[in-house]
Amino acid sequence: MRLKLNGDISEFKEGLTVAELLKELSIEPRGVAVEVNMAIIKKHEYGRHVLKDGDSIEIVNFVGGG
Amino acid sequence: MDDKLIIKGIEFKSRLWVGTGKYKDFEETRRAIEASGTDVVTVAVRRVNIFDRKSENLLDYIDPKKYKILPNTAGCYTVEDALRYARLAREAGISDLIKLEVIGDEKTLFPDVCGLLRATEILAKEGFIVLPYTNDDPVMAQRLVDAGASAVMPLAAPIGSGLGIRNPYNIKIILEQAKVPVIVDAGVGTASDVAVAMELGCDAVLLNTAIAGAEDPIAMATAMKHAVIAGRLAYLAGRIPKKLYATASSPIEGML
Repeated sequence: MRLKLNGDISEFKEGLTVAELLKELSIEPRGVAVEVNMAIIKKHEYGRHVLKDGDSIEIVNFVGGG
Repeated sequence: MDDKLIIKGIEFKSRLWVGTGKYKDFEETRRAIEASGTDVVTVAVRRVNIFDRKSENLLDYIDPKKYKILPNTAGCYTVEDALRYARLAREAGISDLIKLEVIGDEKTLFPDVCGLLRATEILAKEGFIVLPYTNDDPVMAQRLVDAGASAVMPLAAPIGSGLGIRNPYNIKIILEQAKVPVIVDAGVGTASDVAVAMELGCDAVLLNTAIAGAEDPIAMATAMKHAVIAGRLAYLAGRIPKKLYATASSPIEGML
């Protein structure tokens, strides 16, 4: 399935959960926030939120800023 | 002396708050922040670098157990964007603190105060501890407090300009009226600017470029630390009134 991930389209296997996606990308859930189609996914939902073809996902973290 | 800054039950040890942008690298960020003596650092919310997973994380250098992390909504020009970034920040972080920015103009980075007011009201209702970056406008400061702001953060001058406090009289009026802490945010250039803000009676100063952009950021961070302490003490000590003419310090009595 195709996912739009931080603005870029990539191919992923069907039925991936948010937790599995983060693992595949080697991203620690601590210190990040995940949005799927503009809705924030709470950390405790990562394991059961299944991604669908065409989903738009944003993964953000903290960077230097004033 | 018991002189602590408390906002919504959160106790801040330092009255100098420091940004983490524009440093050469994370190591310099870490050293400057340590030298500043702060316990509050601001951060921005941005996309994770998906493809370069070896790139280091800011929070590996700034321990959230040691420092309070204050996320901002920098770069947001609409209420919707500011709300989105604030909510993401809360999810990524560990607290309800948000330094709220709704920018109105690219060149000056002055706030869009209409948008700021609306965003403040919405986020305060959602339980955020909203610290809005605003103009040095006493009326707007009052409106923000009425809308639920937990502190107000008037600018000294445009972000990154280093011009220092352009309108100390407005800051003084804001201080007189405010029922919440007042934190001067943005525009200070050097230690004396910070001291002026603290001598006026501000509760804290938030700065970034003045340290990060200095030739020696670590030395400037140390200077800022002392300036905040000096300014605060001078404020608490109560300065002498300004007079036009001299008053001799040595007695006339006993002169030959």
